Parts: sequence; structure tokens; C-alpha cells
Amino acid sequence: MELNSFIENFAAQFDDTDVSEFTPSVNFKDLDEWSSLTALSVIAMVDEEYDVKLSGNDIREANTIEDLYQLIANKN
Amino acid sequence: MAFINISDVRMAGIAACIPKQSYHNKDYPHLSTEEKDKLIKTTGIERRRIADDNTCTSDLCFEAADQLISELGWNRTDIDLLVFVSQTPDYIIPATSTILQQRLGLSEECAAYDIALGCSGFIYGMSSVASMMSAGKLKRAILLVGDTITKKTNIKDKSTAPLFGDAGTATAFELTKNSGDGIQFHLATDGSGYKAIQIEAGGSRQSVDEIALTEIEIQAGITRRKVDLSLDGMDVFTFGISRAPESARKLLERIGKNVDQIDYFIFHQANLFMNEKIRKKLKIPEEKYLYSLSEYGNTSSATIPLTIVHQIKDQVNSKPLNLLLSGFGVGLSWGSAYLATNNIVCPEIIEI
Repeated sequence: MELNSFIENFAAQFDDTDVSEFTPSVNFKDLDEWSSLTALSVIAMVDEEYDVKLSGNDIREANTIEDLYQLIANKN
Repeated sequence: MAFINISDVRMAGIAACIPKQSYHNKDYPHLSTEEKDKLIKTTGIERRRIADDNTCTSDLCFEAADQLISELGWNRTDIDLLVFVSQTPDYIIPATSTILQQRLGLSEECAAYDIALGCSGFIYGMSSVASMMSAGKLKRAILLVGDTITKKTNIKDKSTAPLFGDAGTATAFELTKNSGDGIQFHLATDGSGYKAIQIEAGGSRQSVDEIALTEIEIQAGITRRKVDLSLDGMDVFTFGISRAPESARKLLERIGKNVDQIDYFIFHQANLFMNEKIRKKLKIPEEKYLYSLSEYGNTSSATIPLTIVHQIKDQVNSKPLNLLLSGFGVGLSWGSAYLATNNIVCPEIIEI
């Protein structure tokens, strides 16, 4: 797993947010488009692409995209 | 490994009863129009039936059972077993099944008990009824499964209120010497997730006090009391998209069948987004995977029998079918059942 491709996969779960906003250090829950439904899309993407199960707490405790990346890397 | 194989019990009939009052999620007061459109698109839930204050789960199940028994032409005193599966009983004490035994005019020689399960409840209920019948050679049984879960959701909680509807069902089983493939089950549990779907207060662990009755804003759009239903959508989603396909796959392997050999897959109706992930994981063609979400929402334990009556009533009562059923959710508890149905009695959905 590689950070840049993870960010691409992460960004693909959004419809309206500009790609430039998706940086490793962005607080993804501050993005206007972030919602509980986006969270489900991210969980599904991580399940499909990385075969990792994210819990509600994993999402709640991660702040940046890189946090989430690290968490998945550790579970992988 | 909880696999159960029952060879001498068949499903004889199935009926569903819903409240008349229909509610459209476009009228949900606590979301913007844009949010509501997104919610309806993602969950697939447009309308839901909501029981009035005077209608309990047992009332819906009673109507379904009363009509089903009449259409079957069964003598009520021949029914040896009644099981009521619900998380919305009439009272904390006594069990609702005893009240229904009397109300349905069943014999005092009828065994009756409750099972407190939700989304997996129909599968567990079927397995319990079929096992009891097979072990005791009981001739006839009625399984009542339903919930009026809208009584337990807080209208100000967008994470629960727009998802749930109410329904009660009745399914009849009879002992048979010739059941074809019989009924096979896979049952499973993961209690580490017991908080994922919960009503925290009102049981013995936490009584109803002033704090339990106080509304708390958990986050924007999610306000509820401890006596209301709470649901961690993310945990439930992760659980559902992994365990439901796994259970269906395990059962199919066990019975040596593949997706092509099943006529219809009827899964618990959680929400469209989750159910579609499950369908795609199992590579089930769309036309074999049935829904009732847009009309009735998530009716908790009632989703599987309600979806059968709603979608394939005219087929189950006219020809043999191979069905794969799967329930998953609150507990966390899940399970699957395979059965071959043959000309079972299936009246129109009843509205009260």
C-alpha cells in the first residue's frame, strides 16, 4: 500500500471536493462534503481495496488522511 | 460451528401485516431537502409504515397469524408451538407469546416462548421452531416475528428515525415426511459488538431514571435519550458487509450449492448501500436479490418474511423455489437459512 494511491482512492469517495484539497495532512472531517455517508463509502473502499475492516472508532479517532493510512497499514 | 440441518419440517405458509399509516422520508423534519435526497438515494428508503400508539408488534403479528391460520384451514388446537421473536414485546414481563397463545385461541397444550433478537431474528426463530418440531415430532407450529421499532427511535435522531418501519409477520411450519431438501441453517454471534445497536436504559443494567429520560445532543442531527434506540452506523456497516456474505457463503458451501442454484436471495433489509455491497460480494444477479426497502424501510426482525410476501407472493404459492435467507445485525447476531419451498400459502399483505 502506498500513500499517494490511498489518497486517490480516498478522494474518489467524494463528488464535489477539489482533488487539490486531498493532502496527507488535511483534516478530512473538516471537508464540507464529509458526512456519515462518505464515511461508509470510505469503509467500503478500504474493505474492497485493502481487505481491512475499519470500525466507527477508527474513523472517529483519525484526524488526517495520513492517520487513516497509517491505521490501515498497521492493520494490513 | 452452529450448522443445523432439519429434514422433516416444511414451511406451510407466510403472512405479513403492516400499519396503514405511511410516512415519506421527504417529510422528515430534521434534514435539509438536499440531505433528504441524499439519504433516500443512499438508503433506498422512501416510505415507511408507522404503528399508532395503540398498535403493538403483537397486534400486527396477531392479524398476520389469524389470517394465515384461517387460510391454511388449520384447526387451532392442532398447533403445538408458538414462538414470538421481537425486541418490542408488549411488556417486560410476561413474555408476549403467552398472550398471543390465548388471543389466537390455541390449546393450553401449546408450548410458547419469546426470543429477543432483531435483524437475525427470523433465521434464529425458524431454526428454533424447526429444531423443536423435529426433536419433539410436533405437527404444527407458528412463528411470529416482528417489531414496532419506530416506538423506540427518537424523531430528532437522523441516524435511526428515517431508517425504520414497523411490521409483524406469521410463518407456519408443519412436520412432513417429504420435505425435499429440508431446512439448513448457519447461526453465529459476536457479543463484542453489543453496543453497536442498543437501547441503553430500561433493562436491569440501567434503570429508567431522570437522566435516562433526558434528551442529549450527541452531534448535529443526532439527539436522543438513553431509552431510545442508538445505532453506530459505521460499526454496523463494517459488520454487515463482512459477516452477511461470509455466512451465506459458508451455508452454500455446507449444502454444496452455488448462487446459480438459488432462485431468490432474501437478506435482511438494512439499507440499499449496505445490501448492494453484500450482493456484489456474493456476485448475486440483481433479479435474484429482493428488496422491500423503498416501500417499508428497515422493519428489523420482520424484513425477510415481509420482503418474501411483498415480492414473490405469487411465486411461493404456485411453484417450488430454492431460497437463501440471511439476517444480520443487533447483538451482534447473524445467520442464514436455505430452504426449498413448495406451494406455500401466502395471503396479500394485511393493513390495519
